Amino acid sequence: MPLFHARVQVSLRPSVLDPAGEATRAAAARLGVEGIQRLRIGKAIEVALEAPDQATAQQRLELLSDRLLANPVIEDWSLDLHAAG
Amino acid sequence: MSIGIVVFPGSNCDRDVRWALEGCLGRPIRFLWHEERDLAGLEAVVLPGGFSYGDYLRCGAIARFAPVLEELRRFAAAGGPVLGICNGFQVLTEMGLLPGALTRNRSLHFICEPAELIVSPGSCRWLQGYAPGERIILPIAHGEGRYQVDQAELERLQQRGQVVLRYAANPNGSLADVAGLSNEAGNVLGLMPHPERACDPALGGIDGRRLLAAIGA
Repeated sequence: MPLFHARVQVSLRPSVLDPAGEATRAAAARLGVEGIQRLRIGKAIEVALEAPDQATAQQRLELLSDRLLANPVIEDWSLDLHAAG
Repeated sequence: MSIGIVVFPGSNCDRDVRWALEGCLGRPIRFLWHEERDLAGLEAVVLPGGFSYGDYLRCGAIARFAPVLEELRRFAAAGGPVLGICNGFQVLTEMGLLPGALTRNRSLHFICEPAELIVSPGSCRWLQGYAPGERIILPIAHGEGRYQVDQAELERLQQRGQVVLRYAANPNGSLADVAGLSNEAGNVLGLMPHPERACDPALGGIDGRRLLAAIGA
């Protein structure tokens, strides 16, 4: 069965305050890195998945992302999927 | 009849709830391991505080899939009283039994202190022992208790009287000072403060007693 690699990017929705991102932005300023206008922290989840075809793989990963990896109340997600090899 | 206390890997307030119910209030309890499915003979179920499954991914996100919670969903739908304390509240929101989500405290600090709360019992079965507008003190102990929900849902919650516990002095940035929510039917309550830590006079206050004593009185 074909193998697919996926990367799911989970980020806080723009309306949700990200205190960890704000603290990191403040640390960046102390490091001397200037000009940062926005810094938001999310998660990247790497998945290797066997599926009969790309459409099925896409479908499974969408379910996974929407129902488990992200909480739609506070988070958005995006999916990058490609065949392995 | 006894009250069930769910035990996940990583729960750490399960024994505190037991002491409050059994030791302070004389109520029989039964621990429910997360893989159990038998809720027969229970008059209420408590989801205690702690760090279920290490809080991996998000607080309460993995616990949502525990076998015991499939049964709990049916129990709640049939009107069974369910109480989620702290991590238990986070689990209830992840399950969708209560709307919204609990996110990182605005200050980023884990906050462990007594919190003054304003009670609006409405039709919440767990809060019938309190007067509308009554102020009580319960301890809070959490790093992720900042309630978050979209504006339309918040307005619906407020109109239906489901915001049953509010912080008098918001410690964590919670939207609309939300400390605890009831479902519309009134049988499910989720709250960040710990009523079980305010039942034994040795701990400095007993404002949590009437909450834990509400079911099966």
